[in-house]
Order: sequence, then structure tokens, then C-alpha cells
Amino acid sequence: MISKLKYYLKTILLVELFQGLWLTGKYFFSKKVTLQFPEENTPTSPRFRGLLALRRYPNGEERCIACKLCEAVCPALAITIEAEPRKSDGQRRTTSYEIDLFKCIYCGFCEESCPVDSIVVTKNMHYHFEERGQQIMTKEKLLAIGDKYEAQIAADKTLDEPYR
Amino acid sequence: MTNATIEIEIDGKKLDVEPGSMVIEAADEAGIPIPRFCYHKKLSVAANCRMCLVEVEKVGKPLPACATPVTAGMKVFTQSEKARIAQRSVMEFLLINHPLDCPICDQGGECELQDLSMGYGQDITRFSEGKRSVANEDMGPLVATEMTRCIQCTRCVRFGEEISGVRELGTLGRGEHLWIGTYIKQSLTSEISANIIDLCPVGALTSKPFQFTARAWELTQHPSIAPHDCLGSNLFIHSRKQEVMRVVPRENEKINETWLSDRDRFSYLGIHSHKRLTKPLVKISGEWQEVEWDIALRTVVAKISGVLDLYEPSQLAALISPNSTIEEMYLLQKILRKLGSNNIDHRLHQSDFSDQDDQVLMPTLTGMTLEEMEEQETILIFGSHLNHEQPLAAVRVRKAIQQGAQVFSINAMDYDFAFDLAGKIIENPTSLPTTLASLIQEVANITAQSLPEFFTASFSGKNPSETIKRLAKRLVDTKRNSLLLGELAQNHPNASTIRTLSQLLSTLIPLKLAFLTFGANSAGAWMAGVLPHRQAAGQTISTPGLTIHDALEKKLKAYILFGIEPGKDLAFSSQALAAFSEAETLIAFTSFSDRVLMERAHVILPISVFAETSGTFINVAGTWQTFRGAVTPRGEIRPGWKVLRALANFFGFDEDFRYTSSEMIRDELQQLTPASPSSSHPQTLSLHANFSPAAGMVSRIIAWPLYQTDSLVRHAEALQATPLHESPRLHLNQKTADKFALSAGEMAQVNRKEIILPVHIDASIPDDCVYIPAGFEETAGLSVPFGEILLEKASA
Repeated sequence: MISKLKYYLKTILLVELFQGLWLTGKYFFSKKVTLQFPEENTPTSPRFRGLLALRRYPNGEERCIACKLCEAVCPALAITIEAEPRKSDGQRRTTSYEIDLFKCIYCGFCEESCPVDSIVVTKNMHYHFEERGQQIMTKEKLLAIGDKYEAQIAADKTLDEPYR
Repeated sequence: MTNATIEIEIDGKKLDVEPGSMVIEAADEAGIPIPRFCYHKKLSVAANCRMCLVEVEKVGKPLPACATPVTAGMKVFTQSEKARIAQRSVMEFLLINHPLDCPICDQGGECELQDLSMGYGQDITRFSEGKRSVANEDMGPLVATEMTRCIQCTRCVRFGEEISGVRELGTLGRGEHLWIGTYIKQSLTSEISANIIDLCPVGALTSKPFQFTARAWELTQHPSIAPHDCLGSNLFIHSRKQEVMRVVPRENEKINETWLSDRDRFSYLGIHSHKRLTKPLVKISGEWQEVEWDIALRTVVAKISGVLDLYEPSQLAALISPNSTIEEMYLLQKILRKLGSNNIDHRLHQSDFSDQDDQVLMPTLTGMTLEEMEEQETILIFGSHLNHEQPLAAVRVRKAIQQGAQVFSINAMDYDFAFDLAGKIIENPTSLPTTLASLIQEVANITAQSLPEFFTASFSGKNPSETIKRLAKRLVDTKRNSLLLGELAQNHPNASTIRTLSQLLSTLIPLKLAFLTFGANSAGAWMAGVLPHRQAAGQTISTPGLTIHDALEKKLKAYILFGIEPGKDLAFSSQALAAFSEAETLIAFTSFSDRVLMERAHVILPISVFAETSGTFINVAGTWQTFRGAVTPRGEIRPGWKVLRALANFFGFDEDFRYTSSEMIRDELQQLTPASPSSSHPQTLSLHANFSPAAGMVSRIIAWPLYQTDSLVRHAEALQATPLHESPRLHLNQKTADKFALSAGEMAQVNRKEIILPVHIDASIPDDCVYIPAGFEETAGLSVPFGEILLEKASA
């Protein structure tokens, strides 16, 4: 009997409706979590593993010394390196350094294995390919990415430094 | 085993070992790992790296396993606390000065120091002082150096002293300032110098042509056989992505031990030459056209059939390089004989064929093994630059000397052997047979044996020289003697006389005759029947064909060349050039583009080189060694045996050419019973040609320099850049030069402008002789391989 009375009161007074409206109202006035992508971005960790890049030393010399450790460690076999003594000074350098981004699984092992911090995974995740073949990141492309984001990369690596 | 073995115990494992052996040898035998750097089983014990320290029971300090002889009841512990501490400490010391540049070091991934530091190294260094660095030296185009990485194990120094005999590297300075170098800046000049690359346990000495191009873990290893000298050294081809990256030795105690000659090691560079031909070519109205294989083979059939329709089958001749596999040789002779011609030959360098019917089944060491060469007491090197012709046979001879043997040399040039000779005779090549005869006379005199009629009739009266007397005495006194007949002896215009005399000598005293033949497969060529007078397995032919000399001299209508560059590979090169110009058909199976072939051939079929084909070589000890292809050839290049089989099918010989693998061809040949002379020498000896030494003329000496022997070597650029590479020059001594008013650097013309070459004064040449190397385009025009030539100052 009492339960029946409660039920009638609840339905007549629209309690559940107001409860729902209360929640809606609460979110209406609370701080918004939605970001205006692409104008706004979610914050990322300095350890975020996104697009790959090859870095240079401050004097403009490429860091990569063709040790091929990244190629060896890559679990997806995405990296292909060709090397020979550089024509100008006989140093050990790559003649071609290619990463197939369709094969890459962004594990970051290449960065970990690199003895000279040359190959790095950057925070950049916003990229796409429009044509077949564009996913092959050549040495030139990777160095260009490195040049473009060098400030960001350097800052991220400094942040991560104490934990390495 | 006659010697009683003694019992020792290593890590609780009871072992029976030879008394006098070292602990490390016993451990290696039993498969117990002991770390080491300076110890190498083929080199003397230096015990300077101290890495192999082990604990021995009842001995206070740890002992180096490489320098501790075993004693009865000895108990050795390689993994005990004491041993481990000692090994770890040594490793720490070694790493004080070793740079941490593994990422840019070519040895990374196959480095003994890197491997052992994983097991014995600390993860952190306790030394903050600066590391030492050592200035680098340029050691030539084969060996790259980074001497800062050197850990002074002195393996390379000991190799020079003990194995190659060319002391090029030495230790300089002392203590921490000890360094390894050439002292005087120079390139390495030993023909087996690159073995120090394998010996070096770190990355101080690495291969220069291979430098920085691949890592050990990327390479696939294929066992194979060296395609250049008659030893048939075992090797591994390391390939990456269907490309040969390098060649390293494969251990075989019977043949090459752990070594490899530079020629065998670096000839692979020729595979990548830009002069490789990758498509079949047919000359259509004077222009080369790239065609498909079936068109090329149809053209070959049409051309040869055209010649056969008009002329006798004997107007067709085939020449094949002795570096071809027996499968290729067997198929080529089978096709040619099907076509009705017996004119097939592989003896590209030889000029005397008069005794060919009496020759044995195949030229070998006549029962001697290469290992036995080390045990000889007296060795006579006759007409051979052993170090250049068979570099690893020279290593064996050198070892024989170390064990007390005496080595004599009778040669036409004063070659720089890497060992000390007990006596040498250097003379005009025309008198070489007479000298050998005087030796026989002297030996017969000492042993009081009578000599056959033909000998006394032809050779008499020459007084033996002091050296001959000494040599004869020694040969009679010792039991294990051998006579090494080199290329000069076999290419000599009186080669048959030399052979007969050698065989005569071997009937007088115990003497092993060793025919050190040219090419990787001369023995195989005799077996496969690429001879005008014998079929496969030595079966005789009733109507023998023409020898190479006659086939070229007679200017036949059609020629087939297999793996030959006519200007460079043939002794009778100018005759060949003339014959090929006039031939109606010239078919060339070749791997490289060659000027002469491009000018004169009608069809060119690109064939693979050794790493790209399967096949078999028979080495000078008579061993059949089959190998498989390591990489697929690029473009339209096909293995020679496949091309020949397809060609046979195009000729319509389907019945007998149903081979699907090179092994089938080998097995077919192997099943043939070797016929006719297989014994060491014929029953009755006789002279096959009248021998009359010319006098008073200038005679040419011909030889193929170390790195000009075949097309693959000639296209290996790094080898061509070594100091051992010869340029085409006219070598003569000062006295001969004065006679013709020639001086060094001047141009001289030979045989009325057949060739014009710069003069080089060379004291190693006897009087009235001129050494003109073959294997060059510049010397191809000369029509005289051995014998009289006309020498003049070149008119301007």
C-alpha cells in the first residue's frame, strides 16, 4: 500500500525528470572538457610516441651514424638502412634511411636503442597520407621533421632526462 | 695414438689429453669455453692479453690457460671465484683504453671484445682519466685501420712473422704507449695480408671494401669454393638482399686451414662491376641489340648451323676458361662433340701440347695432399712464382721450411718469395730444361743409376752448377722430396720436355711431382674432357681435334668462347684477335663487357660468376668440391650450365640433355669410369719434341700477374689498387737495357710496333730476357708468349 503511494507521488511530482534536469543543469554550468579540435589540443606527455624524426647536432651535422641498431631492434621491420663511407670525409653515414609508417607500430624501441639520440618519436600525431608511397619516410623527410620540431623535441628530451 | 695421454680435470670434467699441449687446447677440444684474445690456434702463444686466466689447483696465482702446459692430475677451474675475478679484472684493464665506439665500429656485432665484455665486463667504468688514442695508418685499399681500438694482442704481428713471412706490422713503443704499426708508412704487400682482418679480435683492422656497408647480423652465410687458384679454398659468401657483401674463409684443415688469399677474398668486388652484362646481346647489322634469351639462343643455333652447313664440323672450335665449373665444361664439350667437332680446349696459357696423349688423367699433386706438403724435406720450386700463383700453397711450403725443409728454386725470374731459399738458379727460360737435365745427370751420378737413351742423346755435357750439386746431394739424402711445377713450367714452349724430365727424375729418387695448375678447375677440365684429344673421364678419341694453338692459328670459321676475354686470357692473344676478326661466327659466353668481344663477337650471352651459380671444382689434390649459388644474378644473367643446357635443347639434343640441376650433370660425370692413364706417369718416357735452346736472342717471359689472372679479378677494383697490382710494363735488367740503349720510363716497341710499353728496370730478370706480363689490353697484340722478340726504342 505504502509503496504504491510512493510510486504515485514520484510520478505525479516528476521527481526523476527533475533529477535528470539537475544533472543536465550541473554540466551546463560546470567547466567544459570539450576541445575545439583542431584549434585546441589535448595535453600530451613528453613521452608521447608519435611521428618519427631524425635529429641533427646544433652545428647542422646529422646525428645518425648508421649503426643500424634501430633497424635491428625494430619489431615490425619498418626501418631500412643503407650505409657506406661518406664521399666527402669517409665517415660512417647512411645513404638511405627509410621508415615505412604503415609498418611502424610506434613502440619507440628505435629511439631507445639509438646511441646518439638521432631517431626520435615526436609528439606530433597529426599527419596523413594522400597517395600510395607517401608513407615511406625517407631520410630527407625525417630530417625535415626533426628540423621543424627540434625545439619541441629538445624540450621533451630534457623533461625525460632524469628518468633515463 | 702411440703417445700415452695424461689425465687432467677441467671444471670437474675428466679429460685425456696429449702431454705437452696447453690447457686452452684441452679445453677447446672438450668444448669448455675459456675467454681469449691473443691466443689463436694457428699462431704461436704470446700470452699477453691475460684474458684466459684460470685457476689451477695448488697454484697460488691464476695462470694463463694458453701458456700453461698440462700436467698429469692437474685440476683446472675456469669458472671458479678466483678465475672469474681475474678475468673480470683483465677485462676492466682492457676496457680502460678501448674506445666505446661500437656503434660506428664495423666489428660491432661480431667483435670478440664486445662479446666477452658482455660476460666479463662491468657495467660502469671506474676510470675517469682520458683514454689514449693512436694515430691511424693507411694500410692500402684492402685493410681499414682504427688503431685506437687495438688491444695489442699482436695476432696480426705474429701472422706476419709466422704465416705470411712478410713482416709488415710490428709493435712500437712500450707500456701504455705500445702501438701496432707499419713503422714506415706503407701499404700491406703480402698476397694473404687481409687475413689480419679475421685475426683482429676487435675493430682495429677491418675490411675496407666492406667498410660500413652491412652489419654481421644482416648477412646470410653461404658456403662456397674460391674460384681462382687450384687449391679450391673453402669460403663463406656473406650476402645481404641478394647481393654479395663479403667473403670470409671457411676452415678446412686439408686445404686452406683458416686462411684465405686476398685474391679469393676480394674478387667478389668484380661481381658488382659496372661492366657486367645483364642482357643477351645479338649483333644485328653491326649494332648490338638487347634481346630475349630464346632469340639469342636461336641466333646462336642459326649461326653455328649456318657454318656447319657450309663447312666441315672441324671448322668449329670452343675455348673455355679453366675457372668454369665442371658442369659447364662437361656440357660444352658434350654439345661440341654432338656437333661433330673435337676442337675444344681450356689450356689458355700453354704453348706445348706435344705430350698430351701421354699425360695423366688430370694434373694433380700426384698423390700428395696439401697437408703433406708441410712435411716435405726438400722442395724444388720449378718455374713458379708460388706466392702469387698459389698463395696458400706458399704458406704450406713456408711451414715446411720452419720444420727444417730446404727449398730450392729454379726460375726464369728472381721472385721475391716470402721464405728463405736454400739455393736458387735464375736463368733464361730457354735453358730451364737443360738445367733440370743437369740436375738429373748429377742425381744419376750420385746414385750410380743409368739414364735412358733419349736423355743421353739430347742432354749431355753441361757442367752442373754449385747449386745443382747441392740440390742433387740433398735430394738423394732426403726421403720426402717434392718438385712443384708452376705456371712457367707448364706454359713453357718446352713444357713437354720439362714434364718428361721431371718424371724421369721421379724414377731416380723418391720425388712427388706437383702440378700447380692455373685456374680453379684445371684438373676438372681434364676430367670433364674439355680437351681436343680426350673425352670426359679421360676417354681417348680416335681423331683428336685441334689444340688451342692450332685452332687459333688455322683461323677457323666459328668459335665459341666461354668465360674468356680474348685479349687478356690467352697466351696466343694476337693470333686469337686475328682469328676472331676473320671468323664468320664468334659466340661469347661472358660475364663482363670486353672491348675485343664487343668489337668482334656476334652473339654475347651473359653468364653468372661463381657466387651466382652452383657447380663443382676439382682441386689440385683431386677433391671434388660442389657449391651452391649464394645470390641470384641480376638482370637476365643466367648460370652457365643452364644456358648450355637450353642451348643444347635449341639444337634439338633433347635426349641427352634432360638435366634439371647441376648435381645431375656432376653425377653423370662422376659415374663415368676414368679411362686411360691414371697412374702417376707413363710407362716409357720419351721426348715429344726436339729440344734445342736458342742462344743470343732476347726472349720474352710471360706471366699473368697476381691480380690479372681472370676476368673477375680484373674487375675487382680494390685489388687493382694494391701495390701488388702490376701495370703493363716491359721489365728488363740494366744490362739488357743498356744493350738496346733503353732507360727506365722510356717507351720501347716490341716486334716492330706490335706493342709499345714503358721500360721498367728490374734486377730480378736474367740477362737477355724481357718480362712482359699478360692479362692487359696493352700487351694483347704481342704474338710471342715465350721466345725471341725484337726490342727497339719506340720511335716518336
